[in-house]
Amino acid sequence: MRNPSSVASREPAARRSFALQRRQIQTILFQLRAFVALIILVIIFSVLSPDFLTLNDLTIVAEHVSINALLAIGQSFVILTAGIDLSVGSIVGLTAMVAGYLISQGLPLPMFGVVVYFNVWIVILVGLLVGIVLGLVNGLVITRLSVAPFIATLGMLYAARGLALLTSNGATFPDLGGDPSLGNTGFPFLGTGSLLGVPMPIWLMVLFGAVASFVASRTPFGRQVYAIGGNERAAQLSGIRVNRVKLLVYVISGFCAAMTGLVIASQLQAAQPATGESYELNAIAAVVLGGTSLFGGRGTILGSIIGAFVIGVLSDGLVLIGVSEFWQMVIKGAVIVLAVVIDQLQQRWQKRAIAA
Amino acid sequence: MKGSDQEHAPDIVLRAEGITKIYGGTVALDNVDFNVYRGKVNVLIGENGAGKSTLMKIIAGAETATRGRLLLEGQPVHFKSPREAARAGIGIIYQELNLFPNLSVAENILLDHEATSWNGLIVDRRRQQELARRLLERLEQPIDPQALVGTLRLGQQQIVEIAKALARDVRILIMDEPTSALTTAEVEVLFRVIRELKAQGVSIIYISHKLEELLRIGDYVTVLRDSHRIAEAPVSAIDVNWIVEQMIGRSVGETYIHQEHQLGPELLRVEHLSLPRAGGGLVLDDVSFQVRAGEIVALYGLLGAGRSELLECLMGLHPEATGSLWIAGRPVRGRTVGERIAEGLVLVPEDRQREGLVPTLSVAQNMVLASLRRYLQGPALSRKKELAAVRRLMGELGIKAPSPQTLIEALSGGNQQKVVVARGLLTEPRVLLLDEPTRGIDIGAKADLFRLMNRLAREGLGILFVSSELREVMSVADRILVLARGRLTGEFRREQASEEALVAAASVGQGPGPASEEEARAVWAAIPSVPQTEERRDQPRPRV
Repeated sequence: MRNPSSVASREPAARRSFALQRRQIQTILFQLRAFVALIILVIIFSVLSPDFLTLNDLTIVAEHVSINALLAIGQSFVILTAGIDLSVGSIVGLTAMVAGYLISQGLPLPMFGVVVYFNVWIVILVGLLVGIVLGLVNGLVITRLSVAPFIATLGMLYAARGLALLTSNGATFPDLGGDPSLGNTGFPFLGTGSLLGVPMPIWLMVLFGAVASFVASRTPFGRQVYAIGGNERAAQLSGIRVNRVKLLVYVISGFCAAMTGLVIASQLQAAQPATGESYELNAIAAVVLGGTSLFGGRGTILGSIIGAFVIGVLSDGLVLIGVSEFWQMVIKGAVIVLAVVIDQLQQRWQKRAIAA
Repeated sequence: MKGSDQEHAPDIVLRAEGITKIYGGTVALDNVDFNVYRGKVNVLIGENGAGKSTLMKIIAGAETATRGRLLLEGQPVHFKSPREAARAGIGIIYQELNLFPNLSVAENILLDHEATSWNGLIVDRRRQQELARRLLERLEQPIDPQALVGTLRLGQQQIVEIAKALARDVRILIMDEPTSALTTAEVEVLFRVIRELKAQGVSIIYISHKLEELLRIGDYVTVLRDSHRIAEAPVSAIDVNWIVEQMIGRSVGETYIHQEHQLGPELLRVEHLSLPRAGGGLVLDDVSFQVRAGEIVALYGLLGAGRSELLECLMGLHPEATGSLWIAGRPVRGRTVGERIAEGLVLVPEDRQREGLVPTLSVAQNMVLASLRRYLQGPALSRKKELAAVRRLMGELGIKAPSPQTLIEALSGGNQQKVVVARGLLTEPRVLLLDEPTRGIDIGAKADLFRLMNRLAREGLGILFVSSELREVMSVADRILVLARGRLTGEFRREQASEEALVAAASVGQGPGPASEEEARAVWAAIPSVPQTEERRDQPRPRV
C-alpha cells in the first residue's frame, strides 16, 4: 500500500498520477462489481447452507449456469451494438426440436420410400445451421428492411416458437439416445458427458467464452462492434460496414442459441417444443448484470458470463436455503434493477471524475 | 472586489460577476465579468472556444456557473433552468436551432405560450395561427404558420426561431450568431427588428463572428479570449483592428497560416455532381470542380447551402447522388465509405460529438478506428502496432492526453478534433475533406490545425475544407469555392478574394420572394468569377 502523505509531499504531477491511479482502481472495482457480487453471494450461501460450497454442488451450479452463459455470450455482441435479440429462447426451442426430429424420426424421403437417419455430428451441424439461418433472417430484417431490433426479434420469437411446435404438432420427441442399428447414438454426450471430470456444457461455456472474448477484445470485428454501439454514425464515417457487422452479431447470437438448444435436448434426452421459453430474458439479465450497457458500446463478454453466474448462484442458492419459488422471482427482479441502478451511478461518478 | 460598487449603476440591466465554469477538465470561463446595458445591443465577441456560448447558456439558465453570480436589476438571481430565466424575461436564440421539425411554424413559435381557451385546457388553433402570422409579418417573412418547420429551409427556420423569441415578453434577448444562415436581405430585416426592440427598451446580447455586422448594429463590445474577459468598450470608440487585436491577442498572421507551395497534378475531380432533396428539388445542383496535389481549397457558403452534403457525396454517403468522380485521374468505383477511404478520400465530419467521436472508446481506439486492418497480426489487433501509430500521431499533431488509454471524453475540444483528424490521416489519404474543422476549438488548437493543413499540403495532399468563417477562408486557402443553394456561385483565387464578393456569391438565389430574385441577378452580375464557373460546367477546366 502506498502512503498517501508521502505522495502528497511530492510534486503535483505525482499527486495527479496517484489520483489517476485511484480513479483507475475505482473503475476496475466497478467493472468487477458483478464478480464482487458473485463472491458475496457465494459467501452468504455457504454460511447459510453448509452443502453449498462443496465441489459437487458448485459443478452442478456451473452446469446450470452454462446454458444461460452460452445465450448471454451471443446476446452480448448484439447488445454491444445497442441492439437486442428477443428470439434466442425460441431459437433454442426450434433447434432442440429439429435435432430431436432428426434423431427420433429421421428424414423421410417419400420419393425413395426410405427414411434417412443421420450421424449425430450431422444432426449437430444441422441444428447449428438452423440457428445461423434464423440469426441471418433477424439481421437481414433489421439491416435491409430497417426494422427496429426489438420488433424484428420479437417477431422471430413468435415465428420460431411456432415452427418448433409445428415440427411435432406440439408433442415431445423422447428418447434421444439413438439406436445403434441406425448409427445415430451418442447425442446425450453433449449435455451429460464429461471430459477430465468436467461436464461437457462447462467445457462449451469455457470454449465459447474464450473465443468470444478474444473476438470482442482483440479483433477488428470486435472493435467495430464496440464502435457501432458507441456511435454508429462515427463508425460509418470511419468506413466500417455497419450493416454487415450488425448482421453478423445476430448470426452469432443465433448460433449460440442453437448450441444451447442442442445442449438442453441432449441433457434431457428429449426435445419439447416449449424448450427455452423466456430464456431470452435470463440472457439479457445476465448481460446487463455483467455491466454491459443496453445503449451499446460498453461491456465485456467475461462480464456477461459472470452475470450468468450471479443469476445461477442466486437461484440455486435460494432453492438450497429453502426460499420459495415466488420470492426467488421477486429477489431476481430486484437484483437486476439494482445492477442497472449501480451502473447509472457509476456513469455519473465517471462523468464527475472526468470533470474534476 | 473593486468592481462590485458599480453594480447598481442605473443603465446596467444584467451583470455577470466573476463567472467561472469548468467542464471536462477544461476551464470554459475564468472569472469573467459581463455587463448588459439597458436598451442597447451588447456585443459579445471572441474566437471559437473563447467561452461565449457558455456564458450565454449560464445567463439563459441552461448551465449553472461553477463560481460567480448574476445580478438582474442589481438583485442576485440563480437560474436553475431555462424556464426560470425565461420567467425573469431572458430569451435566447441559440446558434443550433432548437425547433421541432415535426411541429408547425405556429406551434413552434408559441410553444409553451399557447393561445388557449377553456382555462388553458385547449389550444385555440385559429388564434395561434393569427398570432404567429402577425409575428412573421413583423419579420417581413411570408412563411405559412401551418407549414411544418422541417420543410423550411435553414434561413427560414432561423426566422422562426427569432419569431419564437419575440413571442415571449423578453427584456433581455440573447442572439447567438443569428445571421449565420441568413442572406443579406434577411439580415437587414433582422437589424430593423433589433432597432425596434431597442426602442421598446429590450436589451440585446449579440454574438457574431462578422465584424462589420457588429460595428453596424452594436452599442457596446465585450471581448472574450481563452476563457477570460479581455476588454469592454463602446462601439463608437473602436474599430475592426481593435477588435481583432483584442480577440486574438497576437497578430492574425500567427494563427491564419498560409504558405506558398508547389501545386502538383490534379488529385480530385468532381463533375456534374447533383443530389436530389427528399421533398423535391436539389440539395446540390450540377457541381463541378477539382483539387490539385498540394492545394488547400475552401468551400464557403451560408448554413444549409449544401456544403456538408457535398463532402458526404464524395464519401459515398448519398447513393442517390449523380455525377462523376476521379481521384488522381482514375474514376472512383467504390460505393461504400470504406471503399472511398481505400481509394484515398477521408472525411473529418463537422459535428465532432455526433459524427466524429465514439465516446465509449479511448483516445487510441478512436484514432485507429478507420485503419484497423493496418494493425493486424494474424487475426488479432497488435496492441504494439496500434500504440506505435497512436504515439506517432499524438506527437506529430501535438495531442495533449494523459495517455492513449484515456477516454476520449476527457479531452478538450481542440484535442478531440485532432484525434479525429489523426484518425483520417492514419488511413493515408490523398485528399483530406474537413468539414468546419475549427468549430468549437480554442485558438491554439486552431493555429496547430492550420499549420498541419499547410504541412500536409506541402507533403502533396489535396485539402478541401468547409468553413463559415470568412477570415479563415480568405487567409488559409489557395482557392475558394462558394456554394449557394446547392450551386457553385463563385470561385476565387486567393489574391482575388474579397469579403464583399464572397458574401455576395454566398447570398445568390437565397432571397425570399420574387423581388429578391432580381436582386440576386444583380448580385450575380457583380461577381467577376461567375462566368468562369459557368464555363467550367461544360468543359474540363484548364489548369490554373
